[in-house]
Amino acid sequence: MSEVLRISITEKTWPAVAGRARQPVLGQIDVGIERGSFVVLTGPSGCGKSTLLNIVAGLDKDFDGDVAFDPPGQEVTYVFQSPRLLPWRTVRENIALALPDGDARNARIPEMLARVGLEDAADAYPERLSLGMQRRAALARGFIIEPSVLLMDEPFVSLDDPTAQALRQLLIDLCASRSTTVLFVTHDRLEAVTLATRILRMGGTPATVLGDAEVRLSRDERLNRDAVVAAQRRIFGTT
Amino acid sequence: MWRSRLGASVASLAALIVIWQFSAYVAESRSFPSPLVVLATLQAELKTGALLHHVGATLARVVVSFFIAMAIGSTIGLLLGRLKSADLFFDSWLIFFLNLPALVVIILCYVWFGLTETAAIIAVAINKIPNVAVTVREGARSLSRDLSEMAVMYRFGFWKTLRHVTLPQMAPFFAASARSGLSLVWKIVLVVELLGRSNGVGHQLHVAFQLFDVPMILAYAVAFIIVVQIIEIGLLQPLEARANRWRR
Repeated sequence: MSEVLRISITEKTWPAVAGRARQPVLGQIDVGIERGSFVVLTGPSGCGKSTLLNIVAGLDKDFDGDVAFDPPGQEVTYVFQSPRLLPWRTVRENIALALPDGDARNARIPEMLARVGLEDAADAYPERLSLGMQRRAALARGFIIEPSVLLMDEPFVSLDDPTAQALRQLLIDLCASRSTTVLFVTHDRLEAVTLATRILRMGGTPATVLGDAEVRLSRDERLNRDAVVAAQRRIFGTT
Repeated sequence: MWRSRLGASVASLAALIVIWQFSAYVAESRSFPSPLVVLATLQAELKTGALLHHVGATLARVVVSFFIAMAIGSTIGLLLGRLKSADLFFDSWLIFFLNLPALVVIILCYVWFGLTETAAIIAVAINKIPNVAVTVREGARSLSRDLSEMAVMYRFGFWKTLRHVTLPQMAPFFAASARSGLSLVWKIVLVVELLGRSNGVGHQLHVAFQLFDVPMILAYAVAFIIVVQIIEIGLLQPLEARANRWRR
């Protein structure tokens, strides 16, 4: 399979602030991401996973190294850790704003709202919704674009378990129906195994990729908790 | 305690008028007329058309200088809030203009540009621009980085970002500077008119002052307060309510 994305970072440091010395965050990271794969970045919180995702997104340009997409300029979407909806626009408007005016994908907004269970909240303002509902709106906004590369930073935290599981299933199905490449950050190992075709384990200071494992599970196995737990033991050991 | 805001303001206004009437009755002085005398003067001025003429002239100056000051002040504020180096450099200029007495600006404008309409409008705008710039700068400094990153990722582009991300965040700051701006502008317009125009409420007050005609002074003051209140209730408050309808 061909690579859709090559990440080659030599170094990323936070600049010195208020008497604190420069702080290295990321060390040497050299990873190729294959087209259509679902890559989960996992590791202890604060180790630099989100920083890596911001670099891939192009939001953080202050690093040594290079991030190259093939072909360049394709649609990359980011589902952030917080929903980042515009509070002064309704849920439907927030999703529509992610698309160019008059885009054909606008017609699929009602269907997408129904799939994340927000059909009744389409005309509500985000601040009137629970955090879980805001997260689902943010997911719908990310999904509607059908990007070739989808970046996700712990999009399912603070959702109740059945909702999170339903949304994981939705994500698996959406990725299967299109050849979307996903780069997904989580510190939840079970979630990692449920979703990933490949798991990159990050850690250390500065952080590097410590482990690189493939996950070969069928769709049914991914939705079966026992199979996921067993696979998690295989990949991460019993710790 | 009060069932509605309207009820509360009507009652407090009525109380003020009663107190005024009573004090005027006790003082029994030509220079402290009762509300009824002021009302009669107001009616007489309305009948001759003088009131509408002068209030209209003042209002036109207020509107023009208000919009000029808001446009220039907002632009300066947005730039200073976003560009740190510009902010560092121009901060002391802003403080200079903020503390420049309104009267000095007015006199200088009349000296430099003559006793013209343009000079009057420029003088009012210059007095107001620093206030707008400072308020809007605060807003521009506090723009959410999260939302601008979102706008970048979802390819909003310049105009979509301005309309849906930046300006809604700035709305409370625009509203605040418009509010304080309107009251400041119309007070300065009166001074400008008093010093160098031959019409407008300020000019009328000047004439009334020379004649010690207190009922006339109060009649024009009341008329203008009513006009400003109508703008506030009929225009600013509905606009603000619309801008805030998404809030919890």
